[in-house]
Amino acid sequence: MIGQALNRVDGPLKVGGRAAYAYEHWEAGQPLYGFIAGATIGKGRITKIDIARAERSPGVRLVLTHRNAPEQNAPDFSITSQYSRAFPVLNGPEIHYYGEPVALVVAETFEQARAAARLVDVEYAAEAGHYDFAARQNNAYAPKKVNAGLPTDSAVGDFDAGFAGAAVKVDQRYSTPYYFSQAMEPHAAMAVWNGDDLTIYVTDQILAEGRTCVASTLRIDLQRVHLISPYIGGGFGSKLGLHHEAILAALAAREVKQPVKVAMTRQQIFHLVGPRPTTSQRVRLGAGKDGRLVAIGHDVTMYTNPEWEYAEQTAATTRSLYAAPNRLTRHRLTPLDRQRGEDVRAPGEAPGLLAVESAMDELAYALGIDPVELRIRNEPARDPERDVPFSDRRLVECLREGARRFGWEERPVSPASRRDGRWLVGYGMAAAIRMHFQGTAKVRVRIGRDGIAVVQSDMTDLGTGTYTILTQVAADALGLPIERVRIEIGKSDFPESSGSGGSWGAANSSIALHRACKALREKIEHSAGEPGDLEAEGEVAGMWKEPAYQAYSIHTYGAHFAEVGVDADTAEIRLRRMLGVFAVGRALNAKTTRSQLIGGMTWGVSAALHEEAVVDTRTGAFVNRDLAEYLVPVNADIPDLDAIVLDGFDDKANVLGAKGLGELGICGAGAAVANAVFNATGVRVRDFPITLDKVLPGLPLAEA
Amino acid sequence: MAVSSNDVKMKSAGIGIALTVNGRAHRLELDPRTSLLDALRELLHLTGAKKGCDHGQCGACTVLVNGRRINSCLTLAVMHEDDDIVTIEGLGKPEALHPLQAAFVERDAFQCGYCTPGQICSAIGMLAEARAGWPSHATVDVAAEGTTLTGAEIRERMSGNICRCAAYPNIVAAIRDIVEGVHR
Ligand code: FES
Ligand code: FES
Repeated sequence: MIGQALNRVDGPLKVGGRAAYAYEHWEAGQPLYGFIAGATIGKGRITKIDIARAERSPGVRLVLTHRNAPEQNAPDFSITSQYSRAFPVLNGPEIHYYGEPVALVVAETFEQARAAARLVDVEYAAEAGHYDFAARQNNAYAPKKVNAGLPTDSAVGDFDAGFAGAAVKVDQRYSTPYYFSQAMEPHAAMAVWNGDDLTIYVTDQILAEGRTCVASTLRIDLQRVHLISPYIGGGFGSKLGLHHEAILAALAAREVKQPVKVAMTRQQIFHLVGPRPTTSQRVRLGAGKDGRLVAIGHDVTMYTNPEWEYAEQTAATTRSLYAAPNRLTRHRLTPLDRQRGEDVRAPGEAPGLLAVESAMDELAYALGIDPVELRIRNEPARDPERDVPFSDRRLVECLREGARRFGWEERPVSPASRRDGRWLVGYGMAAAIRMHFQGTAKVRVRIGRDGIAVVQSDMTDLGTGTYTILTQVAADALGLPIERVRIEIGKSDFPESSGSGGSWGAANSSIALHRACKALREKIEHSAGEPGDLEAEGEVAGMWKEPAYQAYSIHTYGAHFAEVGVDADTAEIRLRRMLGVFAVGRALNAKTTRSQLIGGMTWGVSAALHEEAVVDTRTGAFVNRDLAEYLVPVNADIPDLDAIVLDGFDDKANVLGAKGLGELGICGAGAAVANAVFNATGVRVRDFPITLDKVLPGLPLAEA
Repeated sequence: MAVSSNDVKMKSAGIGIALTVNGRAHRLELDPRTSLLDALRELLHLTGAKKGCDHGQCGACTVLVNGRRINSCLTLAVMHEDDDIVTIEGLGKPEALHPLQAAFVERDAFQCGYCTPGQICSAIGMLAEARAGWPSHATVDVAAEGTTLTGAEIRERMSGNICRCAAYPNIVAAIRDIVEGVHR
């Protein structure tokens, strides 16, 4: 049962349009509608706010501003996870970033609220802010730690000496723009007060953290907060935490004594939800003529919000990827006056591997060695920085299998050497690696007289397949047909998990469920013919408490292969085909696994070719704040793309042998595309995304 | 054809219209600013049609109006007097899915499911357009009789529907199953 390509158990509800997302619950009655009005400056203060016209507007029930918003707790920055901290809104006249809410207008209909929000009259005293990352880079500082508690810097051997003495060198700078998750479902919340109890229908990946955030912001008892998030329209990190919509809905609903729902507009999401930080990265690779690396250096600078420090672990996987005796990685932060940075799918690895795997390609050309072979030559026997064994490293297998299936030996060896009509054709490849995390989780399973097993946890399913894989795990462990298993997740009142994030949700909740089922079976055996309701709980501890995670370096791996066509006259770049081969331990469901991987790969394609949020450096606003101008791939951009998963089982990771894979697909995928563009054209673009204006000047002139 | 009728009045009512949704006649009293999408979602509680952008840029709100696909966020409800509207809820029920809905499940043509009702309604409209011989940007010979729905044609014609989970190859596979008459 585990591993089978079972169709999603929530599939019929979703394709039937009956799965209720955050803004779509009616059980609490007709809600009022809240609409956010945002600041039109990037930094400064409100000097005057006139709400008279908005208040008189038809249907308006409340206009909340910093003058009448209830007091809320300030965030406690000693709490490591930013998503557990208090998140006060409308808490003063100061404006910290463009688009910051200055008012919430609540009315009987959406149309009334939206219209009245435009009538809130605000005057500002603007201050000069810092919005230009490139211009501020010499103000960078070293944070104490980076995301996931990883060290800011690392050093092994003597990098400077090793690099200086290398026979062949690559020393290049790469830059990545602001990227956004932009899940299809906008951030939304509906708050319902029942006495002192607050229920919020939300779209939230980690309910336990969301609940903590709400309780501490509103200064109420944690047990009084109930979050409900049964279906989530995509998250990709952007819903790890709650945002203004949830807090504003809760404040307003308490005031008007009626349910209030608030959704961000697509444009507001660009200013109220954090982007992946823009980066500037220097990669230095030194190798001998045989292609063996003697030095690897990866220096990263990115922006941060001045208060809400956020540092992606951009150079972290560089510490485990290739062997080299001399190594150096560093992360630095440049404060800018914009919203906090947040996790976006594969934080760190996604931009980091774009740079490092591009640099490896540059090294392969400099050496005249096949890029696949170059990577195989630098395969480490042990984790090169932690000096512990790998649990289940299968990168070389992925590389070889991918090369074979893709037909890598057919590649054009020298750049700009293949034509197909008006297209310059190129092949590129890159390696994928991602750290596997394990977090705490509790799951309860109960079996009733009807023989139905009910599984409960505050775990979430944002399209990841949680409902389905938990069905499989329970059916497998209890020996039940899947029709006799019911999964109840997405409620904060259920046993607490670490939710969905960092690709750990599937493994965490599956192991805890597996243990719960084992305990339940023992209870059934001991209950000796006394049929009745029985229940049991299972638990998994965080990786910092698991000895295997100290003793081994536990990762997932993959290899991407891409073929692109570049128009010889216009430099238009089209992906032609792409293949990824992955080693993820045991895949819990073959179908949902492949879907996650191809989804991730598509994100890699667009990181290389499409996505970029562009800043107006006068105000900090993102100028292309909608889905017509912030380009994400559409169907026609993804012609032929597939993912293959190697059979596996990582016995060091956990009892099920499963590891996270929701983010692996994006890791390295963009570099494979970038490398294919170089192979097609001979033009190396290091400033992502690779758009035709950057390629065109370097295109080889076509023969007449 | 109407089988029963249902009156809904909005708090900020202004204009009355009559229209049919999923075979059921409705009289709606609504604010003239209300989009067809919001009328379906907030008045009729047919939340299968999704709001992804409210700006005609994502396709999540796609429904069928008199058999043609339309971004329901880009049209005002009051413009649909006497129109016949079909939403995802009208195509099939979870226990009795339309063949295309079933193909989406079988091919795992979605993850989060938020773009999915729009994809399915869009695909149904698209198949009708192809049957009627409408060409697309991917059509090699626009003068040729009939349309062959190649992979490239399907991808082009479905590019008004963004799927951020990026189930694109699976969406194309599900639609092909219908085109090729694969019944599972
Ligand atoms: S909601 Fe209508 S196109 Fe996006
Ligand atoms: S299934 Fe999530 S956006 Fe398409």
